[in-house]
Amino acid sequence: MTAPLLSVSNASKRFGGLMAVDNASLMVKAGGITGLIGPNGAGKTTLFSLISGFEPPTSGSIIFDEAEISSLPPHRRASLGIARTFQIVQPFTGLSVRENIAVGAYLHCHRRDEAMDRAAAIAVRVGLANRLDAPAAGLTVSARKRLELARALATRPRLLLLDEVLAGLNPSEVRDIIPVIRAFVGDGITILMVEHVMQAVMSLCDHVYVLAEGRMIAEGTPAEVTREPKVIEAYLGPGAAARIASEAASHG
Amino acid sequence: MAEALLEVKDLVAGYDGTSVLCGISLRVETGSIVAVLGANGVGKTTLNKVLSGIVRPQQGEVIFDGQRIERANPSDIVAAGLVHVPEGRKLFPDLSVRENLELGSYRRGKAERARTMDQVLTVFPRLKQRFEQRAGTLSGGEQQMVAIGRGMMGQPKLLILDEPSLGLAPRLVEEMFALIGRLNEAGLTILLVEQNVMQSLELADAAHVMEHGCLVLSGTGAELAGNRELAKTYLGM
Repeated sequence: MTAPLLSVSNASKRFGGLMAVDNASLMVKAGGITGLIGPNGAGKTTLFSLISGFEPPTSGSIIFDEAEISSLPPHRRASLGIARTFQIVQPFTGLSVRENIAVGAYLHCHRRDEAMDRAAAIAVRVGLANRLDAPAAGLTVSARKRLELARALATRPRLLLLDEVLAGLNPSEVRDIIPVIRAFVGDGITILMVEHVMQAVMSLCDHVYVLAEGRMIAEGTPAEVTREPKVIEAYLGPGAAARIASEAASHG
Repeated sequence: MAEALLEVKDLVAGYDGTSVLCGISLRVETGSIVAVLGANGVGKTTLNKVLSGIVRPQQGEVIFDGQRIERANPSDIVAAGLVHVPEGRKLFPDLSVRENLELGSYRRGKAERARTMDQVLTVFPRLKQRFEQRAGTLSGGEQQMVAIGRGMMGQPKLLILDEPSLGLAPRLVEEMFALIGRLNEAGLTILLVEQNVMQSLELADAAHVMEHGCLVLSGTGAELAGNRELAKTYLGM
């Protein structure tokens, strides 16, 4: 068995009196999409911050590509191939779409023309090719989400951490962006995603972890975890669980 | 036909001389829930901003509770009983839950404030536990409760909710819709802007679909829920 691309072991993060992440472990295999779900305030974004280096863990280990990275600063982790998106997208509003994407590309391209070319190529992959010279400030929510993906993609990640990229999109916008995300995996990128849009979690993820009050309470395939009573109680609620079960049944 | 609490007639509005809304007309009857649905960028938030007085319309009328309000100040509109809970909650993160809630009643007297605060804390007992905590440290669901609670502190007749389920876990989304139903049963009229289309239609008495600044489809919640055209082009089903 090959080693996982990312392995978080017994990670904890304490903020004053609050244990935001409490002895949590997860493994991400190379080449797929792993989901991380859980109630608001469960510690999902904090766990992302531990993996990407925005916060040091209080204890525990984070191994990426067989090397311990928990004491490295975020930019070193980015050079190793870890990129993240943020829940609240904040593009450089004074810059164009192309320039925003190029900011990520500069991690590996040192010439401006090279970074700009790379930005244009990435815009095609996320469906922003016709907005390249538009100011980022004028983008709709859905285009901003695509820009957020593009900026992370421009750093040439091997592991991409997606923090609620589908929040605020309507069902047809979600449907349109799912193949964009799936295509990243075809390009050799491994994804760990935090998402509340269960339609996307069910269709994209191979494996799902469930975090509640800082602890991992379940893991398995999407179908397995959404049947788990603990997960229904803490996260889904009876209505959403019933809808997911009936949709699964109607798709055979 | 029941009495209209809010009536919008041929509303045209936008920014810097360009128009986003193309001439919208809609009625919200007293005691009802009306949903406005549509993709991102079609003008739903602009409509809300006109109704709450933040954006002045270029043409058209807004009649609330028998009064023209399209040129009124936002704070006078709040005092008249039209309160807007904005998308993204927009709390003051460094103020406590109590302070955030109190700000919602800035047009009301002290005695009224205390009474409304009791009502809000009865609806959201969780906020009582978090009363002196900084709002920025609350979870997403709790912050949404504060935002709605702050809206209720203005003692609205009409509450405009702009994407109240945004970023909430499925269980909280369900609780949020149940809460909206309960607030409505208690007599509050609600204008609901949402991406969570099916659950909004289940709840709404009337619903409108907006596209490029125009209302392109209107009906009862049940009619729109059964509309195949809508399901295909908008719901992604």
